[in-house]
Amino acid sequence: MTAMKPPACWSCGGTVDADGLFCASCGALQPPVLGDFFARFGLTPGFAVDVAALERRYFELQRRMHPDRFAARLPKEREYSLQHAANVNEALQTLRSPVRRAEYLLALLGKAMRSSGEETVDDEEVLVHALEMREELADAMTRAAVEAVAATARAEADQVTAELAAAFARNDLTAAGRLTLRLKYLDKFLDDARERRGRLAA
Amino acid sequence: MTLLQIHEPGKTPLPHAKRALAVGIDLGTTNSLVAVSENAKPLVLRDAQGHGLVPSVVLYTAGTIQVGELARAAIKDHPERVVVSIKRLMGRGAEDIMRVADTLPYELDTSTTGMVRVKVGGRTLTPVEVSAHILEELRARAERTTGREVRQAVITVPAHFDDAARNATKDAAKLAGLQVLRLVSEPTAAALAYGLDKGAQGTYAIYDLGGGTFDVSVLRLEMGVFQVLSSGGDVMLGGDDFDRVVAERFLEERARMIGAERLATADVKRALAVARTAREHLTQQETGSWPLDLTGRLTWHSLDQATLNHLIAPKVEETLQIARGVLDDAKLEPGQLDGVVLVGGATRTPLVRKRVGEFFGRPPLTDIDPDEVVALGAALQAEALTRGSDALLLDVTPLSLGLETMGGLVEKIVPRNTTIPVAIAQEFTTYQDGQTAMAIHVVQGERELVSENRSLARFDLTGIPPMTAGAARIRVMFAVDADGLLTVSAEEVMTGTRQEIAVKPSYGLSETELTAMLRASIDHARGDMEERVLREARVDGERLLLAIESALRADADLLDVTERRDIDDGRDRLRTAIEGTDRTTILDAVDALNTATEAFAARRMDRGIRSALRGVAVNTLAERLEAPETQQSGGRGR
Repeated sequence: MTAMKPPACWSCGGTVDADGLFCASCGALQPPVLGDFFARFGLTPGFAVDVAALERRYFELQRRMHPDRFAARLPKEREYSLQHAANVNEALQTLRSPVRRAEYLLALLGKAMRSSGEETVDDEEVLVHALEMREELADAMTRAAVEAVAATARAEADQVTAELAAAFARNDLTAAGRLTLRLKYLDKFLDDARERRGRLAA
Repeated sequence: MTLLQIHEPGKTPLPHAKRALAVGIDLGTTNSLVAVSENAKPLVLRDAQGHGLVPSVVLYTAGTIQVGELARAAIKDHPERVVVSIKRLMGRGAEDIMRVADTLPYELDTSTTGMVRVKVGGRTLTPVEVSAHILEELRARAERTTGREVRQAVITVPAHFDDAARNATKDAAKLAGLQVLRLVSEPTAAALAYGLDKGAQGTYAIYDLGGGTFDVSVLRLEMGVFQVLSSGGDVMLGGDDFDRVVAERFLEERARMIGAERLATADVKRALAVARTAREHLTQQETGSWPLDLTGRLTWHSLDQATLNHLIAPKVEETLQIARGVLDDAKLEPGQLDGVVLVGGATRTPLVRKRVGEFFGRPPLTDIDPDEVVALGAALQAEALTRGSDALLLDVTPLSLGLETMGGLVEKIVPRNTTIPVAIAQEFTTYQDGQTAMAIHVVQGERELVSENRSLARFDLTGIPPMTAGAARIRVMFAVDADGLLTVSAEEVMTGTRQEIAVKPSYGLSETELTAMLRASIDHARGDMEERVLREARVDGERLLLAIESALRADADLLDVTERRDIDDGRDRLRTAIEGTDRTTILDAVDALNTATEAFAARRMDRGIRSALRGVAVNTLAERLEAPETQQSGGRGR
């Protein structure tokens, strides 16, 4: 469904608002038009996303369309509001995280990564580096030591994210794919570091 | 069809035609509350004495059911007729309760499988029924105080209650004649109350330590939207556990003093009640001592705050460990929060306040009474869902939802802490050549193995066209609505063969059981006026008997032989009357017994147990007995 012009309201046949959410004449909530995750927030696909602005837009949409707002309305509107809310929840989960945003964007641009769990690193340098970091983490026996290892990984993740943005900007999807994989490893590493730190605090 | 009614000029319509009210209910392990909100101003509903808390304790006697303070007072003398902390059993199967059965003050019926049942006062009841009795009492209180009909409620549950426990809570509400507008997580409700009342903005942790459950949630409060970022907890950790370690210490001490003895469940309940009194006393005082009157022998036990802290410290550290995990889930450090809010009666414990303050690096917020804040939030949400509001709650899935895959492993589809409503699809394929059906097994929990998680539902997708292994594409969709209800559908993509199931937990009550209970409760409600007034008379009678029994236990020495005989005769007469079915006989016996105990009551007052008791009738003495005892013993403390 790629209607250029918003369709007529399902309830009264009137004109739908520019953002396609509500009918301008009768105020009825309209069915969601399933665009990509970016379109659900009125954005064009791209890696550069202002997360704070994205979240503000998300809150605004939820305030207007959450099912709790339609508890006393027509069943059809309640159904639509449920779909709208689920759609923006799904989209936010993906767009908020740089790794998931990059993966999604690659798929959207026709460069699908292999399904999760099957990715391999063919870049030997990256692999050796990842193994070294794992060893460092395993050797970290205090919270401070884990924190130090994590700080290095965090700095590296920030750098990879910047490189990733640059790769997407020049439309180099091969580089973007490789960087996404690296970022994914770093993300997982940071999760594990957090978990290890939690255990050490016990 | 409803005909329009026109009333006679000059006569006003019936007063109960007033608009029905939606209430907020905090159904707690130890205490419950009911609150209402109008124009975003929530209010806890109180009894004539100003008490908002209704102890979640139910007393079952021959013809009556009593909920609250009176039932709690009866633990001392009739522990076998009283159920406490029933929330701990909500949604539990007989088999998963056996692991902890020794630590629970219940007589469990082990003859049935499926939902666990407790034996009390000659009845065998499911936790759903006991909870329904508590909810009925709260509903009655709301109707009494507001003069309006109450049919709808927002009920709070621990954030990490699983599907079975949530459904059990809904079933209990249905039995109590309440439609559940929404189950809201307790910490979320608390945040709602804080956000709306105190105008809090930013990121907050809610530390909720109740009687039997512990929850911690991290929420973002912005633009009137309350978004849960992460939450976690333990359904088997709460103030009750503090009581248990205290009771264990007292019982060990006692064993050293008088040697080993056989304790019945009833004795354990008494010991726990004493431990609770001790713990509550020590939130205000440095030290105290308490009597333990079991198996006919009395021992005294003293405890000071330092020792209490030492005893409960491991439990407190456990809560902080959970809090750390919840912050990790939200990818936050304690220092990044804008505040931490304390909820639940057990957060009055000085050690809890101290350690929470240290952990989060800031003094915790307690502006709103930690016992009442959850009910206030529930009332606000009830208002939002019935009359609208500027506030919006965005809740999350408390536990991960997934599917069983080959080898008994779990593939998580909806991770925990996913904002709802949500719909997530994943594709699966066949394992064998020519496979035409696929077993879909839906599970809830965080563990890797299916056997370690809670099984929610099973169904088969049939009609898959035979293909080589791995060729078929089965799209499984998990949809969780704003109420947290899960629907799972499976579709074979090529042929469009589709099956769908709304998940009902296998541990809950079966539809048939619930229908039977509902029918019984409706029959109950339809019982004629006669039956109802008879029941009320019996309640009055039972209440008086319990009060006198307690009074005699404490102060029998104030009576001479004749007076004692008169009172005993009066008690016998009343007991016989209660067994009968004549209301007038019962009320006469009540009056006579009241007269016979007048002098006794006066003398007890003179004894000056507590100046506050002056002017209180015998039948309210029992409710206050525990307090003076503590006060006396506190003075005796070493």
